[in-house]
Amino acid sequence: MSEAAAAADLGWRRRFATLPPLTIAVRVLVCAVVAFVLAWVGYKAAGDPRIFITVGLNGLTLAGLYFVVASGFTLIFGLMRVVNMAHGSLYMLAGFFAFELQERLTGGEATSAFGTSEAGLGDWIIPLIVACAAVGLIGLVMQQVFLRWNQGQDLRQALITIAISIIIADQSLAHFGGIAESIAEPDIFPESVSLHVYGLSYPFFRIFVLLVAIAVGLALWAMIQRTRFGMVVRAGVDDRQMVSALGINIQLVFAVAFLIGAGLAGLGGVLGGTMISVDKANDTQYLLISLIVVIIGGMGSLAGAAIGALALGLVDAFGDVYLPAGYQNYSVLLTFALLVLVLAVRPLGLFGRPA
Amino acid sequence: MTRPAVTVERALWWGPGLVILVALLLGPLLFTDFYLSQVITKALWLGIAAASLIFLAAYVGMISLGQVGLYGIAGFTMANLVQADGGSPAAWNPWLATLGGIVVCVGVGLFFGAIASRSYGIYFLMITLAFGVITYYFFAQVTQLSGFGGVNNVDRPDIVSNPVTDPANLFYIALGVSAAVYLLVRYLVRTPFGLALQGIRDDPSRMRALGYNVPLLRMLAFGLGALIASFAGILSVWWNTRISPGSIDLTRTIDVLVIAVIGGLFRLEGAWIGALVFTVLDNWTRGIDLIGQRFNTVIGAIFLVIVLLSPGGLMGIWQSVTDSVGRLFSRKPPTPPPLRPETRPAGESPQTS
Repeated sequence: MSEAAAAADLGWRRRFATLPPLTIAVRVLVCAVVAFVLAWVGYKAAGDPRIFITVGLNGLTLAGLYFVVASGFTLIFGLMRVVNMAHGSLYMLAGFFAFELQERLTGGEATSAFGTSEAGLGDWIIPLIVACAAVGLIGLVMQQVFLRWNQGQDLRQALITIAISIIIADQSLAHFGGIAESIAEPDIFPESVSLHVYGLSYPFFRIFVLLVAIAVGLALWAMIQRTRFGMVVRAGVDDRQMVSALGINIQLVFAVAFLIGAGLAGLGGVLGGTMISVDKANDTQYLLISLIVVIIGGMGSLAGAAIGALALGLVDAFGDVYLPAGYQNYSVLLTFALLVLVLAVRPLGLFGRPA
Repeated sequence: MTRPAVTVERALWWGPGLVILVALLLGPLLFTDFYLSQVITKALWLGIAAASLIFLAAYVGMISLGQVGLYGIAGFTMANLVQADGGSPAAWNPWLATLGGIVVCVGVGLFFGAIASRSYGIYFLMITLAFGVITYYFFAQVTQLSGFGGVNNVDRPDIVSNPVTDPANLFYIALGVSAAVYLLVRYLVRTPFGLALQGIRDDPSRMRALGYNVPLLRMLAFGLGALIASFAGILSVWWNTRISPGSIDLTRTIDVLVIAVIGGLFRLEGAWIGALVFTVLDNWTRGIDLIGQRFNTVIGAIFLVIVLLSPGGLMGIWQSVTDSVGRLFSRKPPTPPPLRPETRPAGESPQTS
């Protein structure tokens, strides 16, 4: 540590000069790649601003969805050091639950023959609440029955959640089938809104998802920074034993955090199921998204999850459109490149701290 | 204090081992063609995949979930280099293509290792899992190399013959490769390189203080793990005569992890024992109508029970059996169990910044 303190006294130029040559080479390379990507996006944007705006909004709204899902993952990890490998499964379950319930409520007529929604506001809100609560409870039961007794054995806990995700995947395939379904949005929502530039309009529900994500982020921030519960959570992240030694019921805090974290996966599942669709491949997909978002952002950091989700959402959206023709199916390599670039410079993620 | 060469404990380890080995060598005489190919040979190559995971976990302290992605890279590279349907077959000689698959897989493994080698514990697990899943999406999306249907009717070396009508050849090849992998790892962990890896497993910061280049050694170890995984990938293509993204998806990643955990994450032999149990169970649940043939639910439940009750897996259970039987005979004070990485309290997983 004293070495780091001494380094901090030097100017950044001197500090940079003390780094090993390989580290400098890696950082210069990373900067060059980032500069090239920004220049490429700028060049394409100047060519057709309409596409740039639409794709940019796609990326932002996707990032909103990713943030809602990953914030639950990072909340659980930050506090309990539990890597919940069943997070994507919870996302998928919530989507299927909400879809089934909406089908029952509307008698299978949530979507008209023309593809427009005929679901009332209640036909969307009630499945949302029920699915979030159900998935939150599943998460809570999982934590209380299986994880609580293995506190501190992070590998074993990860294996337990993997086992649960296998069972959930298999059972949901048996009950809900393998067909992609879409939850109908409330019919009082307008189909699209005008952006007032270039005469563009954009789907309202995607904007709504972005707003929900911002609200979730602010609420989590307020909860963690401004409430007594959040104070305990922050203290628990730093030193669990000391917190429980001070007479605080840390198990209750863990249980609530797991409930909220799993509930956020559920919220993401219903939003994503309405915005895109819900199908049996979602568990892998959203587990990967949660992993990448928190690896980029740094485990347990809310701000990191926001930055990570933003980066991943934008890369996903622009990668599908801006790659040269014929190479667009290589877009997953961009996700990999994003991961590599961040880890090459910061092995613990952008906002990560040593545990 | 010198220990006698033959103790009850050792007899209990070597006896069953020899019986299994002899039974395997006589395999084609003992089992039907179907069973030999679909259960035993499959268990052998799945065991090699699990062995690459167990090697990294037991001797380097790196639990990698990227091994299935890596074996997929070996398999897809090979399948794309020989004559086949799908992908972009280059019609190479099968042996040359096999070598190409192994080389590409080790190269990618070293690159993955270079990125992940500065992360430890659960972070390492998450990063390698992300690599594995990205590999799956890569091959699922890139139609030039595979696409969703995969590469079919892959040309294989003549020595493999037809794995359905004449399974003995491939069985002996898989057995030979398994034995070679086992002996290679057992030899390597006794070399200075292997000892340095075990030092890194136990205390990376102390090894760094002693002057070892810890990230480099971890990267090399990961490359070695990729080499072992590439053998499994090549054998799986020879056995299946095809490879598709479905062969390397998250379910398969978890299957290999399940095999390693059932066998015992901290003993190399466990890889093949776990694989055998897995394939026998797989075959058995397909044959009978068990709660609607939900094989994955059964395997998930078994996995859950093993993780909850005996984190050492079947080898851990056998270890405690031999220990207690041995104690009956020798009346020695019981030796304390070896410290396994998983028994370390949390928060002590080493981190570097």
